[in-house]
Amino acid sequence: MLITCPYCGPRDVIEYTYQGDGNRERPDPASQNFEAWNAYVYDRLNPAGDHNEIWQHSGGCRAHLRVVRNTLTHEISSVAFASGDHHAPAARRKAEDKP
Amino acid sequence: MVERQSPLEPEFHVGSHGNFEHGVEILLTETRPGSIVQLAAWPGEEKKLIAAIRTVTGLALPDGAGGGLSNGVKSVFGFAPGKFTVADETEGLAEAFAKAVTPAIGTVTDLSHGRTAIRIAGPKAEWVLAKFFAIDFALPAFPVGAGRSTVHHDVFAQIQRTGSDQFDLYVFRSFARSFWKALCHASEEVGYEVQ
Ligand SMILES: [Zn+2]
Repeated sequence: MLITCPYCGPRDVIEYTYQGDGNRERPDPASQNFEAWNAYVYDRLNPAGDHNEIWQHSGGCRAHLRVVRNTLTHEISSVAFASGDHHAPAARRKAEDKP
Repeated sequence: MVERQSPLEPEFHVGSHGNFEHGVEILLTETRPGSIVQLAAWPGEEKKLIAAIRTVTGLALPDGAGGGLSNGVKSVFGFAPGKFTVADETEGLAEAFAKAVTPAIGTVTDLSHGRTAIRIAGPKAEWVLAKFFAIDFALPAFPVGAGRSTVHHDVFAQIQRTGSDQFDLYVFRSFARSFWKALCHASEEVGYEVQ
């Protein structure tokens, strides 16, 4: 699997570290909304198809990347720096969604 | 000034090695720069940092990711967004940058004692490096002066192409000796000379 880093270009997946589901929205640290915290920690979409993910190019420029990967084909349809853009291109979880 | 010891020393054997009956096709050496400095710009301050690099080194960085250049004495290349490695044959680069890179522009990290610089040159340099790193070493994809950040079995490496068949590798000092040994083994089949 190749991921095309916006800085380094196409690199083997061995240079990257998976940093988890890119759909999670961290509640305000002061929040006592346990449902929101529970959803942040445990709820995952687990889609068969495009999935928002955070990867770090740990064996390269070390940038954190927002990646859309197809969980069926491993096709990478989008890679962008995670900094700045907080709007993931693939479908996001809505707050009221239940897994 | 106290002379800096090389971590390669016990495994650094000057002369020709391996399959060199038909000539050596790889030259290996340690460039031992006096200064190796890492610079990082805060977001939006990249242009000021690039100007500071020009002020201190006289080197005008080309645009683009991984862009760089070397004048044989001083070298600079981008290795990450807004981040650059600068090396100089002489000491004192970190002090010079500490004056030019103000806290509002970015940060200066002196890695002179933290990295070992290994030069691999010769007609088979691309061939040998391709055994280590899963990146494209062909000249059109990796032009002279450019830098790359990559990894070999968790040994992080920054690579600058300083000639059409010459590369300078910056590796962690603590891993440098084992990396050097691996580089020697990989060069055996084509014949190599340590200088
Ligand atoms: Zn990268």
